[in-house]
Amino acid sequence: MMHTPWLKEGVAARWLAAAALLISLAMVVGLVAVVSAVAGKAFWPRPLVQLHLADGRVLLGEVWTREADPNHPGHERWRLKTGNRDLEGQDFVWVPKAAVVAREVPSAAWLVERREYGNFYGFAGELRSPEGIVRGTDERFSDAVARAIRRGRELVEEERHVLDRLAALHAPVVKYEARAKGAKNERRRQRALAALERARQHEEENAAPLLARLAEVRHQAEEVTLVMNAAGGQVMTVPAAGVVRAVPINALGLGARVELYLSRWWEFLSAEPREANTEGGIFPALFGTALLVFLMTFAVVPLGVITAVYLNEYASGGVFTRAVRLALANLAGVPSIVFGAFGLAFFVYGVGGTIDRLLFADSLPTPTFGTGGILWASLTLALLTVPVVVVATEEGLQSVPDATRDGARALGATRWQTLRHVVLPYAAPGVLTGTILAVARAAGEVAPLMLTGVVKLAPALPLDGTPPYLHLERKFMHLGFHIYDVGFQSPNVEAAKPMVYATTLVLLALVVVLNVVAVALRARLRRRLSRSAV
Amino acid sequence: MSEEVRFRLQQVSCFYGGTRALHEVTMDIPARGVTAFIGPSGCGKSTLLRSLNRMNDVVPGFALTGRVLLDGQDIYSSRADPVALRRRVGMVFQRSNPFPSSIFDNVAYGPRLHERLSPAQLALRVEEALRAAALWDEVKDRLNLQASMLSGGQQQRLCIARALAVRPEALLFDEPASALDPLSTARVEELVLELGRSLTVVIVTHNLQQATRVADRTAFFLLGRLVEYGPTVELFTTPKDSQTEAYVSGRFG
Repeated sequence: MMHTPWLKEGVAARWLAAAALLISLAMVVGLVAVVSAVAGKAFWPRPLVQLHLADGRVLLGEVWTREADPNHPGHERWRLKTGNRDLEGQDFVWVPKAAVVAREVPSAAWLVERREYGNFYGFAGELRSPEGIVRGTDERFSDAVARAIRRGRELVEEERHVLDRLAALHAPVVKYEARAKGAKNERRRQRALAALERARQHEEENAAPLLARLAEVRHQAEEVTLVMNAAGGQVMTVPAAGVVRAVPINALGLGARVELYLSRWWEFLSAEPREANTEGGIFPALFGTALLVFLMTFAVVPLGVITAVYLNEYASGGVFTRAVRLALANLAGVPSIVFGAFGLAFFVYGVGGTIDRLLFADSLPTPTFGTGGILWASLTLALLTVPVVVVATEEGLQSVPDATRDGARALGATRWQTLRHVVLPYAAPGVLTGTILAVARAAGEVAPLMLTGVVKLAPALPLDGTPPYLHLERKFMHLGFHIYDVGFQSPNVEAAKPMVYATTLVLLALVVVLNVVAVALRARLRRRLSRSAV
Repeated sequence: MSEEVRFRLQQVSCFYGGTRALHEVTMDIPARGVTAFIGPSGCGKSTLLRSLNRMNDVVPGFALTGRVLLDGQDIYSSRADPVALRRRVGMVFQRSNPFPSSIFDNVAYGPRLHERLSPAQLALRVEEALRAAALWDEVKDRLNLQASMLSGGQQQRLCIARALAVRPEALLFDEPASALDPLSTARVEELVLELGRSLTVVIVTHNLQQATRVADRTAFFLLGRLVEYGPTVELFTTPKDSQTEAYVSGRFG
């Protein structure tokens, strides 16, 4: 008989397994593809379309969506990003397709990306500067605008530099003021007051030239202004220093568009956010995430490895060991927000509060460590990921053959020397596997951070040029939280949508990069281990 | 026996948890020559061997009563240091267990652990140990080669060289050739014989022919008891005990 029992052969099971694999694969690939596609398009220059409406209005902007009008079935409506928030009060308008009389893509239209009020769409007016006026009709206009913007950027940078120096001059004054206020006895108070007086004097003596320079820079920045005309006839005036870029976008060739696209990406990755995070870049969030993961790794690897070594090499294997293993396994299943609550109670209020009382009593009631900060957030994440590292390290330790341990012991190596020279190097790839998993988990974790120190806008990076350089107590920005904030908490959700996808893509890329680095490290370690290590 | 005695065992009993693995073994192992422990599986010969350098210490539930004297010192007394002991009494295992590193680093591991040698001295020591293990000519040009790249027999000789590099007084072999092909076995046996001239060598073996080939004295164990101990030739040709006779003539085992 040729009737092969179909089910018995396992054909069905094989197809089911293949289908499941295919679906999983499709979901992963789909996720990456969708995010990449939307994010990839986010910064591509869109053409500016000018619409003449039946009621006589003229609108200029980017068409973002076309959809069926829910109010007028059978009709289409367009969402037009008209920008010019300062003039119109909003960025977007809905235009019923039926109301559009004429439609064109004017090559004279300009896009002006501003530091405030978002994009401006309109037509060239003139560039005013002490050297004279360049009219929009002048063929030198484009170059003059580009030059003015470059000069404006320099002025903005110089302004920030001068402000930084002024802040540095003022910092001791703040410090001694706090010290004088919090002094425990009269002698200390007097000493602090004397120091305060010296600091004030020092500030006064040195601040004058800086203040003069600041006024000069600001004056120069305001001298050069760009005047543009909106499609509706209004006039917009902006200092060149307030412009990020200005281009006749419809007239750009492919090369110029690509250049614009890449420069927008670069700005996105390297600049600070503007306008409640809906514009500008995500650098502080990118930096905060990387530093957070880095600090977390520093905390979790020693903790996890030592725990695993104790459990595997020293603990007697009794009830206690089993209880610890069980607790670790359960810890891995605890919702991450619970870790956040624990981090808040234990690290922030407990440890941080104690540190403040002991070391920063001068500045109380303003907390220093007694509030969320990158240190507490990274320690909370370390706690969250410690089970992963322990389990992976234990697996690594268990993979070391007993014969190899015996070999070292028979040569007179102590238990510690055996561990140090033979067992740990053997187990190192296991440790790194645990680290990789921990990093992957931690980089995407947001919930515990919201309780332990992440903010939507941090005034300063946790790592900078002022001593002690690494400011562990500072609050920080994080890509995951940034996505949530920009996507759901921003005043201008619609305009920020491309930013959300772009940020998501960057977060994905960061996790991948961190993983690739760790995997490469592990591969290198394995090679070295098999070459010479003991 | 008027020879110098290396190990003197006095009523040694070993226990794993509640089970007794060795019953009151009393014997002397002389300082020179090869002593073989033979007997069927589970007779306690390996336990006794591992007791001679306290490798059993880490086995959970292991306990030893009686006395094991090394050059007159009780190695199980509370003052004895097992780490220092293992430096004097080396061990080669059934399966070769080189460290995952180069040939040189494998042999140099022990000296690096215990002595401060200059690089030149260390190189000399490694060469000396590799020569003594009859491996030098095969590996002298590739000391940086990964130890795992050597053949099984070479790896076992490397482990012997590694044990010799700390200059032990005694060397314990736990069935060193049972995982090797006949040719490699022959080379290891030659080596055991050779080493027996200058060191105390104790070898546990399943292979009776091997015992007759390499051992000066042989001890026969059965069910945790030392049944008979004497010069190999006598034990194999004119055994005093009927159980010994049954075993060496191949009637059980």
